Formats: sequence, C-alpha cells, structure tokens
Amino acid sequence: MKALSISNLKKEYAGGLQALKGIDLEVSQGDFFALLGPNGAGKSTTIGVISSLVTKTSGQVKILDIDIDENHSLAKKKLGVVGQEVNFNQFEKVGDIIRNQAGYHGLSFKEARENAKYYMQKLDIWDKRNEQARKLSGGMKRRVMVAKALVNNPELLILDEPTAGVDIELRRSLWDFLTEINNEGTTIILTTHYLEEAERLCRNIAIIDSGEIVENTSMQELLTRLEEETFVFDLKNPLQTLPDNLGYQAVLENPQKLKVTIGKGQGLNTIFEVLSNSGIQISSMRNDTGRLEELFMGLVDSNLNGGER
Amino acid sequence: MTPLEQYRALLTILYKEIHRFMRIWTQTLIPPAIMIMLYFVIFGTLIGKRIGQMGGFDYMQFMIPGLIMMSVISNSYSNVVSSFFGQKFARSIEELLITPLPHYLILLGWVLGGVARGLLVGAIVTIVSLWFYDLSVNNWSLSIFVVISTSILFSLGGFLNALFAESFDDISIIPTFIMQPLIYLGGVFYSIQLLPSFWQTVSLANPILYMINAFRYSILGASDLEALGFSINYAIFMIIGFIVLFASICLWFLHKGRGIRS
Repeated sequence: MKALSISNLKKEYAGGLQALKGIDLEVSQGDFFALLGPNGAGKSTTIGVISSLVTKTSGQVKILDIDIDENHSLAKKKLGVVGQEVNFNQFEKVGDIIRNQAGYHGLSFKEARENAKYYMQKLDIWDKRNEQARKLSGGMKRRVMVAKALVNNPELLILDEPTAGVDIELRRSLWDFLTEINNEGTTIILTTHYLEEAERLCRNIAIIDSGEIVENTSMQELLTRLEEETFVFDLKNPLQTLPDNLGYQAVLENPQKLKVTIGKGQGLNTIFEVLSNSGIQISSMRNDTGRLEELFMGLVDSNLNGGER
Repeated sequence: MTPLEQYRALLTILYKEIHRFMRIWTQTLIPPAIMIMLYFVIFGTLIGKRIGQMGGFDYMQFMIPGLIMMSVISNSYSNVVSSFFGQKFARSIEELLITPLPHYLILLGWVLGGVARGLLVGAIVTIVSLWFYDLSVNNWSLSIFVVISTSILFSLGGFLNALFAESFDDISIIPTFIMQPLIYLGGVFYSIQLLPSFWQTVSLANPILYMINAFRYSILGASDLEALGFSINYAIFMIIGFIVLFASICLWFLHKGRGIRS
C-alpha cells in the first residue's frame, strides 16, 4: 500500500499561475521521503492540496489508498501536517492547543489528554503546557506544531520546512525524534531547504521545480550520480603549502584543513597513499556538506534550461 | 467520523469558543452590561419618566425587551465574526481544515459559540434590567424560542461576514453601517406607531423589527406587530426562513473554500 499517491495533480491559481502542472508522486508506507525544490516550485501547494488548505484544479490524491475526494474524513484521520508557519492561536496555552487538536479529530477527552501528554513529554514541552504559546521561543513553537500534528497518531506525517530558522540543537533533536517515529512505522514526507537534512534523514527523494517533478528516485541512487565528491581532511600537523604532485584537485582551506575533490573513477585508497607519501598525516576525514546541493542545483538548472537531465 | 467523534469534535470547538470569550470577559461580558445600565439610567429613569407611556407600557418596561434583543444580536454576531476572522487572520483555521471535521460541524461549532455568548450577555442584561424594573414574562417558551433563533441567525450572519472579510476593517463595516442602524430603527426605543405612515411602511422592510417585536410580545404580551396587522407567526416564519437561507449560504461557501482555502 502507498502512504501517498498523487496522479496528474494540477493547480492553477486565479490569475493564471500554474503552480502544479500535472504531477505524479508515490510514497511508500514507512518511507522517509524528501520533497525538495526551490522557492515557488510547488512544494507547499502540493502539501496544501493533500491537507485541504488548497483546492486542486484537477487530479487525484490518495492517502493510504483512500481518495481524499471520496472519503475526505477517513483520509484526514490518517494525516498529520506541520505547516511552514505557526498556525495556532498564540494566546492559548500550549496544553490546550494540543488537546484541542486531538478533540477536532474526535478523540475522547481521556485519549486527547494522554496523547497530548505523551508528545509534549517526547518533545520536551511538557513543562510549558500551562504557558501561553506566544511566550515561547521560535524553536519551542515548532515543537508545539509537531506535537499538534502527531496528537492523533497519524500514519502519514508531512512536515513543511520544520527546521527553518531553528537552532542546531533543536534541529538535531527533531531529527532524532523524526527518525524514531519513522522507525516505529510513521511515514514521513519532509520538505526542507537544508539539503544535508534531507540527505541525512530521507531514503527517497523527489525534486519539484516550476510545478513539475524533475526527479524522483532513492537518495542513494541520486548520490551515485555525482561525478565527483569532495572530502575534508583534518591534518595532524599544520601544512603551509600543498605538495605539487598530489594528482588530485585539492585546496588547503587552512593549515590544518585540506579539501580534496575525488572523481567517480578514483578510489579513496589512492588518496590516502598519495597523502601519506607526501608526508601529510590525517587525523580525521569527512564528506564535505553540499554534495546533494550540487545535484539539486544541476537538476533545477537543467529544468530551467529546457528540461535536459 | 462516527457520530460520537463528531460530538466530541463539536464539544471541542464549543469549549474553545466559550473559553475564548470567557478569557477576555472584560471585553466581552462587562461592556454590554455597563452600556445597558447606562441606557436604563439615562433613557429609562431620567428621560423615561418624562416620556410616560410607550405602546401602552411604561417606557422602561417597553424598552427592556428591545435592549435584551439588541445585546443578544450584537454579541452573537460580534463573537462569531471576530473569532472566525481572528482564526483566519492567524491562520489557526488551518488547524481545523486539516482535520476530518465536516464543514457543517465547523459552522455549527461557531454558531453555538455565538449563541452561548449571545445568551450569556442576554442573561446579564436581563439581570441588570431587573434592578430597574420588576419584569414578568408573558410567554416563556416563545421568548426562549425567539431569543435563541435570533441569536442563531446573527451568529450565521457573523460567520458569513468573517468568510468574506479580508481585513479587520471588513468585520466592522457591516455591524457599524448596516446592523446598528437596523437595530436602532427596529423599535428598540420607540413604537413604530409613532412614525408617519410612510416611515411605518419603510420600517416593515427591516427584519430586525420583527425579531424585536416578537420578543417584546413574548415578554409583554403586546407589540407593534399585531397593531400593524402582522401575526407573531409571521415573525417566527421570517426568522426561520433567514436561518435556513444563511446556513445554506455559509455551507455553500465553506464547501467552495471561500475565504479559507487558496
């Protein structure tokens, strides 16, 4: 069964703007799926249609095989959405906001209270339950949004840029939490501008641009398309100049940080040998962030230049 | 959603609405009480004694049903229009739209919230009026029916206004330029029999006149309506007709996503 199935979805706004030009998309149950795209590409419109905030022009959307037009109520029971912007009454108390959301789904008072408590504790906002939401920091409000989206125990959770503008600590704790609920069976669809976030969390990915899906594949498959990859080496001893005969495209970022770009055909073993022969000792090595970014930019640019991919 | 789930969801909306206006009771419950008290003191006690009888009753006695209805109408309307537009403005309406809630339940929840505030303020005004006049009720069931149905009607009106409103200015235009004149010219403070015949005829086009007079009849046992040849049933029919019309329009626009969906 597919957690989400979209076929030939079109959205044309008044004024003629074609936000979605007939997209097809399928997300398997249990997946952690990234929906990426530049600003105005159609990500939020797609999420808006799935969650009934945007009226589609044509096409079909199914949540866990339930057509949202044919059985709107049942489809919505399975869905949780974390919007891009804060969308709760900030004058209400945190606990009330989350319990009320459970009530809108028809949960009993007892279930609502228990679920709200569980997710508030999980997201570290239990201590804030009696505070007015407007007094919370931006990061805390994000947690309230996530707790609110989960309080009905949805099978499909959609997060529209959940970590935009939040600090590293919160971002990482949210990553851990999302990984945990995904491992427990919740299907997650994530849109984000932080490509390393998508790379780290998601198994499958679709890239949308100008209302069209320009790529839909697994993260692993996409990353294998990289023609070259950059690695960062932390050096044991400071280095003032690079040896001439490295044979790789290399940049000395600072005396203790060396960036080496390795082509698809070149193995990693050789670079270690070359560096070792040049008397350069390595204390640690990591992938340079931004490898997905290169692919993303390539796909979006090629779509902009006439769809060559 | 099962009927039980719908019931729970409706209770949640109603609880939230009542909690909202109770939280800001100094803005929602106290001002109408003070305003009505001032009406009683100025128009009832000070000026009313000089006016004498109106429509066959003491002026204070004549005025009380109109003032109660005026409070019910304006508070039912303003509760729904400000609450629903506030939710639209803060985008918290999205909380409801992404849930399995059917449209009629959203409408019903807000209307019941408006009725709750309208009736509460109506009760406060009635209690205040009892300090000034020893009032007795002619027909309890009719008075309860008229006050509740009028509150439902104006709650629906407030909802419709909120659906179309795009700014805070839009939620004050109709109350200021349409409702207030219709209420004041609907016979709250005077009997339309005092008017020249032409203006009596014009007044009959004001639907609020029928509501105020139906309520006055239920309290005092007499009103302008019978004097002008209209039965109370006509007023009741009119109120129910408007409720059906407004509810249908609200549901249609909710279905179309007017003002709430892109």
